Amino acid sequence: MGTTKKITAGAVAAALGAVTLTACGGEGGGSGEKPGGAGSKTVTLVSHDSFAASDAVLKEFTARTGYTVKVLKSGDAVEAVNKAVLTKGAPQGDVFFGVDNTTLSRALGNDVFEPYEAKGLDRVDPAVRLDGDGHRVTPVDYGDICVNYDKRYFADRKLAPPATFDDLAKPAYKDLLVVENPERSTPGLGFLLGTAAAYGDTGWQDYWKKLKANGVKVVDSWEIAYNQEFSGSAGGRKAGADRPLVVSYASSPPVEVLYGDPKPAEAPTGVSTGTCFRQIEFAGLLKGAANREGGKALIDFMIGKTFQEDVPLTMFVHPVAKDAALPELFTKHGVVIDKPLTLAPDKIAQNRDPWVQAWSSLVLK
Amino acid sequence: MRGALAALPAAFFALFFAYPVATIVGRGLKGDEGWRLGRLGEVLTRPDILDVLWFTTWQALASTALTLLVALPGAYVLARFDFPGRRVLRAVVTVPFVLPTVVVGTAFLALLGRGGLLDEAWGVRLDTTVWAILLAHVFFNYAVVVRTVGGLWAQLDPRQEEAARVLGASRLAAWRRVTLPALGPAVAAAALMVFLFTYTSFGVVVILGGPAYRTLEAEVYRQTAQLLDLPTAAVLTLVQFAAVGCVLALHAWTVRRRESALRLVDPAGTARRPRGAGQWALLGGVLASVALLLMLPLGVLVARSLDASGGLGYYRALRSVEASGGTFTVPPLQAVWNSLQFACAATAVAVVVGGLAAAALTRRAGRLVRGLDALLMLPLGVSAVTVGFGFLIALDEPPLDLRSSWFLVPLAQALVGVPFVVRTMLPVLRAVDARLREAAAVLGASPLRAWREVDLPMVRRALLVAAGFAFAVSLGEFGATVFIARADHPTLPVAVARLLGRPGELNYGQAMALSTILMVVCAVALLLLERVRVDGKGEF
Repeated sequence: MGTTKKITAGAVAAALGAVTLTACGGEGGGSGEKPGGAGSKTVTLVSHDSFAASDAVLKEFTARTGYTVKVLKSGDAVEAVNKAVLTKGAPQGDVFFGVDNTTLSRALGNDVFEPYEAKGLDRVDPAVRLDGDGHRVTPVDYGDICVNYDKRYFADRKLAPPATFDDLAKPAYKDLLVVENPERSTPGLGFLLGTAAAYGDTGWQDYWKKLKANGVKVVDSWEIAYNQEFSGSAGGRKAGADRPLVVSYASSPPVEVLYGDPKPAEAPTGVSTGTCFRQIEFAGLLKGAANREGGKALIDFMIGKTFQEDVPLTMFVHPVAKDAALPELFTKHGVVIDKPLTLAPDKIAQNRDPWVQAWSSLVLK
Repeated sequence: MRGALAALPAAFFALFFAYPVATIVGRGLKGDEGWRLGRLGEVLTRPDILDVLWFTTWQALASTALTLLVALPGAYVLARFDFPGRRVLRAVVTVPFVLPTVVVGTAFLALLGRGGLLDEAWGVRLDTTVWAILLAHVFFNYAVVVRTVGGLWAQLDPRQEEAARVLGASRLAAWRRVTLPALGPAVAAAALMVFLFTYTSFGVVVILGGPAYRTLEAEVYRQTAQLLDLPTAAVLTLVQFAAVGCVLALHAWTVRRRESALRLVDPAGTARRPRGAGQWALLGGVLASVALLLMLPLGVLVARSLDASGGLGYYRALRSVEASGGTFTVPPLQAVWNSLQFACAATAVAVVVGGLAAAALTRRAGRLVRGLDALLMLPLGVSAVTVGFGFLIALDEPPLDLRSSWFLVPLAQALVGVPFVVRTMLPVLRAVDARLREAAAVLGASPLRAWREVDLPMVRRALLVAAGFAFAVSLGEFGATVFIARADHPTLPVAVARLLGRPGELNYGQAMALSTILMVVCAVALLLLERVRVDGKGEF
């Protein structure tokens, strides 16, 4: 094999590259700045796919601190936490947002976060500060996972919508409820934990047997349950869905108003207030963060008034800061959950997998 | 010299595939006291895992059989019949292959789920049944059969079969003795590719199958991303490796057999207008099945992308940040631009790496280089979550901390594009007669000139086709992209998935509108490909 061939082949290769590169012109997609670094002006926020913030609010952070936020979405909530655990010590960013009371123990147990007491923490309700004086995580928002109902369905039949877990197992509501698989969906898991909080460590299984006998339907994701099966949502109405009860969030009714086309005067859906499990979301400074100072500034900002007043309309959750005002959409179309169900993070950590497995063989098989 | 050519593809493969995957698998299997291979037996005897293995295998076999059944007549019709719109049809049947599963899952739910067309017409609902999975697999893989088998079929000399009939063979016997043996290897290769794609099916199974059905790929995702049970995930990844390795070995064998001497002719001369009631009926049947199975789901997407009054409101909404309610920090329409940029970069990488690999594989290759061929196919059969998590923990130190680099997206997409480039380029490069090149050299041409005058004209079209395919595949790639795409740079499939993840009519409508745009972009890329098609020699 002579040099001729070698050169030919090399030239082919070079041309292959050149042709496509010129064909495509510039390949952009990213700025050239180096992330991280002590003097860096970029602070990287790692979060789940549901993270959202107004552009104006992120710009205000930059105006106030000089840091630019780069958001790295890292899958659904559980997946994002697991990635943070896996990359411990060499994190993907500086701050992690989105660990909640169902995943908190795994994150804390794996020592993912560096303690930092955020400025302004005294404005935050002590009830949601689950790490107490450890300050490894800072609460940012809370939301309630509740059964939602289709107002029109129950009005048409002159039937009272269910209010509690007990109601859901009654014959009047047979074949009406669709829930998410707790193995694969956060609201599904929240609903299961809610039943465990209501009926106790073993009692919940009997309750689910009743739900099963009453025709509960299980689907894999919130998207399918809410947009395809639930008759009260915009998507569900379009798809001809016929389940008037679904596990969703207490904030879903205002969202139906916000994105209604045209906007309805009143939310088409309501909330069964006795079925709510409270989810609290936290942010924390990642151990090994390249930009620790920027990260601290970001956490301070996240419990500041501007960011807190932004979360209801971007992530559809409630602010934790006492001085944050709720938007009219929430005060007008939202509901207040007086007695949400909760479980201690440690208890969830211990029981989560066995409960989900028990649930799976009880309900799916 | 072959070694030199192979060096870059091998390095690319080692760095961006083998190393990350080995790291994550190693993390799962290695304990404090050394390797824990006992895990293998432990996991593989668990009844729930055995269920997963059983389901994965039989649904892939069933999907493959069904796809062959539906698509082989299509391959025949597209290869042998000349009719108006044939070229458009060939592009149309390929569109599904490059569509992301989020989009397809949505289309099938709209068709087979509650309130879908079937439900309204006959009250039949197929979502959360295995039928939905099988039909979606046919939808996706129709093009694999049409392109692999049809490409060869169009080049078989019809006169051979005619000769057999003149010599007294019945139509069936002539077909069985002449055409079938010639097509056999191509059918086998197509079947194996379909089996590979359906064996590793993820999105379709998760979206359409519901909680009751789980493939190996879906289980690897669950064990890794949800349960963080890395040992179990590692064992399952190894099982999938073994299975995919077997399929690829078989595939390589059938491809080699296919390349054995077949007398091929110009496909332009083999197609003719259908004659007689039987042939017209066959054409009609194929058109009907394509319309029902392929066009209908796509049509449903388009219909749902239009707002209540049939207007373009959802498309207009794509231009504003506000309409997405903070889901994006950029207008969703920006995703189109992002996707095009990423796909361009991915295409460049895939063409360079795949082109070099194909060049290395061209000459009568030793076992080592043939191994490279199979290796480069592996990314098609390994779960995106394994590669993604591998990136996270393997490429985390400078100078290789690529995790937050935008370039990771095109790199990951290129991994999927390379096999297509290799498969398209290889047959054409092999067909270039080395003696032409040598003659040019003897006549005094410099190596560069010889390449420009001899090789380039012959491979240019194949190169464009390969680039086009890599481009389309990159556009639709979802699994790896969703893993690493930055929030301020969502790609089209990622944007669709995020919009679907939020409540409200406007978001749903925008998701459908973006899906439609993605579909159109893919279709345009493929139609352009049709214009430069290289005599159906490529394997896809």
